[in-house]
Amino acid sequence: MQTQTELGKLLEWVEIMRGRIREIVREWADQEGNLIMMLHAIQNEFGYISRGAAGELAKETGISMARIYEVITFYHYFRVTPPGKHTLQVCMGTACYLKGAAALHKELERQLGILAAAGGGHDEFQLETVRCIGCCGMAPAVVVDAETHGRLCPGDMAQILHQKQKA
Amino acid sequence: MDRPPMKVQELVAYWSSEPGPRKWIRVGMDTGGIAAGAREVHRALVETRDALKLEIDILKAGSPGLSYADPVVIVGDETGGTMILGNMDPEAAREWMRRQGSDVGTLLEDRIIASRDRGHTFSGQPQTKILVKDTNAPHKEDRTVFFQERIREELEIQGFAAQVHVHRAMDMGLYQKGICIQFLPSGVTYSNVTESDLGRIIGEGLGEGRVLEEWWETGEDPQERIVLRHCGQIDPEDFEAYLRAGGYRGLKRALLNMTPEQVIEEVKTSGLRGRGGAGFPTWLKWKNTREPAADRKIVICNADEGDPGAFMDRSVLEGDPHAVLEGLMIAAYAIGADKGFFYIRAEYPLAIERVQRALDQCRAAGLLGDKILGSDFSFDAQVRLGAGAFVCGEETALIASIEGRRGSPEPRPPYPSLKGLWGKPTAINNVETLAAVSAILDRGGEWYAGFGTETSRGTKVFAVTGKVRNPQLVEVPMGTPIRNVIEMCGGAGPGGRIKAVQTGGPSGGVIPRDKMDTPITYESLQALGSIMGSGGMLVMDESDSMVDVAKFYLGFCVDESCGKCAPCRVGGFQMLKLLEKIHSGNGKREDLETIGDICHCMKTASLCGLGQMAPNPVLSTLKYFEDEYLDLLDLGGAAARPNRRGRGTDRNLERV
Ligand SMILES: Cc1cc2nc3c(=O)[nH]c(=O)nc-3n(C[C@H](O)[C@H](O)[C@H](O)COP(=O)(O)O)c2cc1C
Ligand code: FES
Repeated sequence: MQTQTELGKLLEWVEIMRGRIREIVREWADQEGNLIMMLHAIQNEFGYISRGAAGELAKETGISMARIYEVITFYHYFRVTPPGKHTLQVCMGTACYLKGAAALHKELERQLGILAAAGGGHDEFQLETVRCIGCCGMAPAVVVDAETHGRLCPGDMAQILHQKQKA
Repeated sequence: MDRPPMKVQELVAYWSSEPGPRKWIRVGMDTGGIAAGAREVHRALVETRDALKLEIDILKAGSPGLSYADPVVIVGDETGGTMILGNMDPEAAREWMRRQGSDVGTLLEDRIIASRDRGHTFSGQPQTKILVKDTNAPHKEDRTVFFQERIREELEIQGFAAQVHVHRAMDMGLYQKGICIQFLPSGVTYSNVTESDLGRIIGEGLGEGRVLEEWWETGEDPQERIVLRHCGQIDPEDFEAYLRAGGYRGLKRALLNMTPEQVIEEVKTSGLRGRGGAGFPTWLKWKNTREPAADRKIVICNADEGDPGAFMDRSVLEGDPHAVLEGLMIAAYAIGADKGFFYIRAEYPLAIERVQRALDQCRAAGLLGDKILGSDFSFDAQVRLGAGAFVCGEETALIASIEGRRGSPEPRPPYPSLKGLWGKPTAINNVETLAAVSAILDRGGEWYAGFGTETSRGTKVFAVTGKVRNPQLVEVPMGTPIRNVIEMCGGAGPGGRIKAVQTGGPSGGVIPRDKMDTPITYESLQALGSIMGSGGMLVMDESDSMVDVAKFYLGFCVDESCGKCAPCRVGGFQMLKLLEKIHSGNGKREDLETIGDICHCMKTASLCGLGQMAPNPVLSTLKYFEDEYLDLLDLGGAAARPNRRGRGTDRNLERV
């Protein structure tokens, strides 16, 4: 019984996803140079590009799965697994690196370790590095869920995590 | 809503429209400003104004380039006077609004950025403010506070205290020049002022309106803002603001008064060379793309800004997207293209949004579409996004990416000017190149060629970051010595002496301190083993290990190599392992020889610029800082100088 409603929900979700991908394809169908734009649209919508989504895109556009995967895996920006609830992107561009970005990254890792040891919450966060977000004047910078924080020091990391946990 | 296509007369009318005398305040709302809190400042200003029913226009603008002072606001009064305030917060913004810029007490302290337009006379105007700052110890306030008090006392004694307020400046634009003061609104500036001078300076200045030569700072602002002409000046989301600033005047001139060949000739006269890195003459690229017969041609604006540590292109796209679009349209007219693309990094969401808006505005006004301004020229443009691959800044890889393939470079020739996007002749130009083009067509090639040197004409924007006191954007005439650029940004940051400056990002090299007097031109930087690059200028101080820096850049190239050709893929990886070995203190002298061999191989045999230039950071650090490698080889790990990591104090000092 339980599993049936869950299955129902899943199927429903798959239908929604398919519908949305069809819309995206329709929107871009007659535009030149559209594959990467459609992949961006899918990732924006779902947070990542699942195998199912890629398959649907292949079906709708006639582009082969191999080609789609070749592209997704080449570009760092595309994700093939679902992101965490919050993303923490530490900029590792040159300006940030010189100003101590590696120490910020280490501190975030340490703080997430503390969370894990204290019984969880760490898995809400996805820690990543990016290459320059164009805020080099405020180095070192970290992007937290699309919001950029600059002029940071390791001591600020705990607070960033704390704020997001409350949110 | 769509409106009938804009007529030439309508456009012309904008150029001569004069804004009425009003008070205004502009907030720098680019990605950097927003990250520092510009949205909150803007909101506080609007709320306070509305609550008090004041007649002040609150405008959004791009960044004026003063990253160190973000969030920045620029205020203007009815008389045309302006003042820049940095490091703003909502509370200061509210207070400013309430008191409308008169004496706002302590909240204005350490926020005013002195005018770089240093006045020559008091011109009979009553002065209302005096700024003061100790430029020798900019991170210590005690002497500044002391002088602020002394000036106040002096004003009291001489009877000016009621009309003149004294504030501590955030930045005077002068460094190592003792106590500096500036009178506002005249902008008359004095340096190396001592306590005993104050009586005369105030008596003769305010009393008799006399400028005193002994202390006078005449130094003109070495910046020449052409590409950044509107950044921080106009609202990048307001189409009419761009038009009122003379927008699309260059396009109109090209379309209605010139043939495509004449446009190319005008750009040739200007001497403009590509600002994306390679410095290829723009007119020649256009001529080469115009010549081949084809059923269609394409123009692309390269806004992939890959150099990690640079943000010139982002600032221009966010601060003045129409200037770039106008340049792209002029390029399209010159080569005979009917379609254009902006290829923008996905990491720049605000730039993407503002370019998209600019395109929509032009389409709605008929400046994009069929028969633009009644000419025979039809053109449209669209945005395409990158997806986090540095190599896609390389033109053939960029084309592959728009076509929906992996961003692998292709061997050239054929160049994109012959066979580009979908096999059609394609001209690819950098953001800054195109922003310069719109200015050149407006003001003439001769005018532009008046800046810079014989072989490197015009101006160049640099993003000066790293261990520099005031990270910021500057635009200077080509030929300006590197040292001057660094000094404009306040020289070394807190914490040390400058060791080297890096230009050209992962494709460039380091320039040691003793070569800092080199004038910046394409040729001179190449002669030093670096390149002009796109304009990143990273300052490194004594605490930075050059071996670590070389390792960092090479690591970047290895990560970003597309893997298509072996010299880059294998060579880069092997060299990185050797550098890691050396950096950790386990290297051998022979390793340096092997590194030299790999560099040679990568430079000569790689398919594209990424691999060909990836050895530059290694070669240039070896050339100028071989002793650091040798120390590591001979002394092992003990010699490793780790980079200074971020410290709380560092940040606090920067916020002074
Ligand atoms: C690995 C690599 C990365 C590049 N990245 C960029 C970039 O981010 N932006 C850019 O304008 N040019 C970049 N270029 C240079 C372009 O290939 C091309 O020369 C330039 O866009 C041409 O425009 P311009 O003539 O106006 O400079 C890159 C080149 C290479 C080899
Ligand atoms: S290097 Fe981090 S924002 Fe540019």
